[in-house]
Amino acid sequence: MSFWKRFARNRGAVLGLVLLLAVIVIALIAPMLYPRGPWPMVQRPFLAPYTVDGLPLGTDTLGRNVAAGLVYGAQVSLLVGLISTVMALLIGVPLGAAAGFYGGWLDEGAMRFTEFFQTIPNFALAIVLVAILEPSLTSITLSIAIVSWPPVARLVRAEVMSVSKREYVDAARLAGLSNLRILVGQVLPNTVSPIIVMASLMVATAILLESSLSFLGLGDPNIMSWGYQIGAARTVIRSAWWLSFFPGLAIVLTVLALNLIGEGLNDALNPHLSRKGRT
Amino acid sequence: MTNPVLSIEHLSIKLPDGADRQFAVDDCSYTLDKGEILCVVGESGSGKSMTANALMGLLPEGVSVGAGRAVFEGKDILRQSEAESQNLRGAKIAMIFQEPMTALNPLMRIGDQISEVFEAHKRHTPSERRKRALDLVREVDLPDPEKIIRAYPFQLSGGQRQRAMIAMALALEPQILIADEPTTALDVTTQAQILKLILDLRKKRDMAVIFITHDFGVVAEIADKVLVMRYGKIVERGTADAVLKNPQHDYTKHLLAAIPSGLVPQNAEVQNSPALEVKALNKVFRTGGGFMKPHREVCAIDNISLSIAKGEVLGLVGESGSGKSTLGRAVVRLVTPDSGQILVGGIDMAALSESELRRARYKVQMVFQDPYASLNPRHKILRALTDGPIAKGVAKEQARSRARELMEIVGLGSDAVDRFPHEFSGGQRQRIGIARALAMDPDLIIADEAVSALDVSIQAQVLDLLRELRSQLNLSILFITHDLRVAAQLCDRIAVMQKGNLVEIGPVSDVFLNPQNDYTQRLLAAVPGGGWDLAKAPLSL
Repeated sequence: MSFWKRFARNRGAVLGLVLLLAVIVIALIAPMLYPRGPWPMVQRPFLAPYTVDGLPLGTDTLGRNVAAGLVYGAQVSLLVGLISTVMALLIGVPLGAAAGFYGGWLDEGAMRFTEFFQTIPNFALAIVLVAILEPSLTSITLSIAIVSWPPVARLVRAEVMSVSKREYVDAARLAGLSNLRILVGQVLPNTVSPIIVMASLMVATAILLESSLSFLGLGDPNIMSWGYQIGAARTVIRSAWWLSFFPGLAIVLTVLALNLIGEGLNDALNPHLSRKGRT
Repeated sequence: MTNPVLSIEHLSIKLPDGADRQFAVDDCSYTLDKGEILCVVGESGSGKSMTANALMGLLPEGVSVGAGRAVFEGKDILRQSEAESQNLRGAKIAMIFQEPMTALNPLMRIGDQISEVFEAHKRHTPSERRKRALDLVREVDLPDPEKIIRAYPFQLSGGQRQRAMIAMALALEPQILIADEPTTALDVTTQAQILKLILDLRKKRDMAVIFITHDFGVVAEIADKVLVMRYGKIVERGTADAVLKNPQHDYTKHLLAAIPSGLVPQNAEVQNSPALEVKALNKVFRTGGGFMKPHREVCAIDNISLSIAKGEVLGLVGESGSGKSTLGRAVVRLVTPDSGQILVGGIDMAALSESELRRARYKVQMVFQDPYASLNPRHKILRALTDGPIAKGVAKEQARSRARELMEIVGLGSDAVDRFPHEFSGGQRQRIGIARALAMDPDLIIADEAVSALDVSIQAQVLDLLRELRSQLNLSILFITHDLRVAAQLCDRIAVMQKGNLVEIGPVSDVFLNPQNDYTQRLLAAVPGGGWDLAKAPLSL
């Protein structure tokens, strides 16, 4: 059965994919929808949804358009989620692969180094890093990447260890291939499935982390993000619920979409592990 | 004969849509009498296990009983409620499985697992359950019963676990015991013991046994009646004697002919220049240990010396754990020996540095055991066959055309190079493995259990191929196997290993007909169907 067919069998995953595509499209066409950006004041503050034409989600504490903020926030969330995940993979995959493949002291060293990061609570480390580096889009992305690579390294190490025990790796060794070629050509391609699944879930976690940082006021002050919107609206949550509700809903839907896709990918890439009973 | 314990009438088992055939089992009927051992024989995919699974109500998902009845104690057990079949399972019909390593719960003591059977069927008081568990452990001849019932499965050997499984199956005195390839994963000597145990228990308890196997040697050893299955249909049935001595159906004849017989081939004359010389090789594995704890040492290769002449096939036989695979892997330096020399064409492989070794690697190539793990699932066959030669320095175009040529030689056709491994069957993959080894133009090929994972008829084809290649290309082969019958078919000389020691080495005819060492004699005696082999094809030169 083809990959798409297996993926499509999981209806949740298809729903997730549709949701995520919608978010991506919205993020891409944001400048067309609201050419003036999310910052200008367009009406008086605290307008409830659908009270004034053209402002379906109302205005915030300073009279800015909530819908515009939401749309531009999608850009930030996706960008941060994607780039930080790629960075985390760039750190975690080579480190884990080298540790798992070569073993010995390299493995010991790399894993102790990884544990060093794992013993510090993720979020606390991210806060400290952003505080030290001064909040900006780059520093936020970087700090999210730095706190999220250790599980990748662990996973890749375990996968590489198991794949390198297979007989075709022995055969490649007997063929006189160099270690690096065996690792890159024979071992790593057979570990991508779990890495892809994990990456899709990491994007979701990164979006949550970014929102949490922005909520605490550690976001980039020049960038409108969902977390910032919620953070700014938390003092008025009882009088103006829509200010925090819609960005919150956006986060929930995006993260849910990514998780559904992750699960769908897992079923599609590891057909033997998928839960039984689904027909 | 008048009153069978179990009678199966016109049983059909449906496979899900899109399978390679419509029925896993197609219109099968047979009866099982009290105290009778019925062997169901067939190759993989013949549906031989499906019937048993249907009786136990253990059919995999998507597979269902299509038509037919299985009458046991006057009731059709294929069409009863889950609760009823639960009562039946274990109590009236019990089953033992192939893989003793995974069939027991690793976190439960043996005694508890046996008592759990009583508990599940609400029999006896807890103290009586323990007592009965102990009796059962005694009955299946497990050593030191008081200790064994307190042991965990990982502390037992494969054969002991299989005995524990049998004890569990016997707990409620079933009338029928279904044994699904129970000895396939075991060594020959252990297999012989388990077969004897089943025979003894049958006699003592007068229970009927359905014994599923692919091995006609085992059939010759224990069967009263035989059923031969192919593609879900019964192609031949009869008493063991009749089927083995006078098979009617072509397929049965084919299967019987494919069995490596004890017939010893004439040895090729051995030339003087050796392809491989192993001198005083040692390898000790150290595991565990740590603070205040001694290391556990296993001597896998203990001062072994042997040589293989050019164009010779040396069979290396031994049971699991005898160190035969380690020796093979040491020769190709997948395992680095502690001391000793491995001379291939005058070069000591054991002393080469990493980069020198990479250049010398092509001299010794290996054919692996597991046809499903030995090819990278993401690479086309062409890449598997050319990666090595290209790394060795052969021009790309030349390597490619050689790859096509080799695929022709191993009988798969040159077009096969553009396909992925999953498009091939196990036997075909093993041919690709052989082609991959040949692609490097090696001085020596090591075949590590290269035919063990294959069905008999496929096994015979691969052995034929090896024999043919060997006469065409003057190959030297170190053939590692646990199966003496296979070794006898292909090899010129046989080396027998036990616990890391080389106990006997000599020409096939000498080792088989006139074994000097005790252990070799025991191994030969344990080969199932030995007597029948002799009757069919007397060992003669």
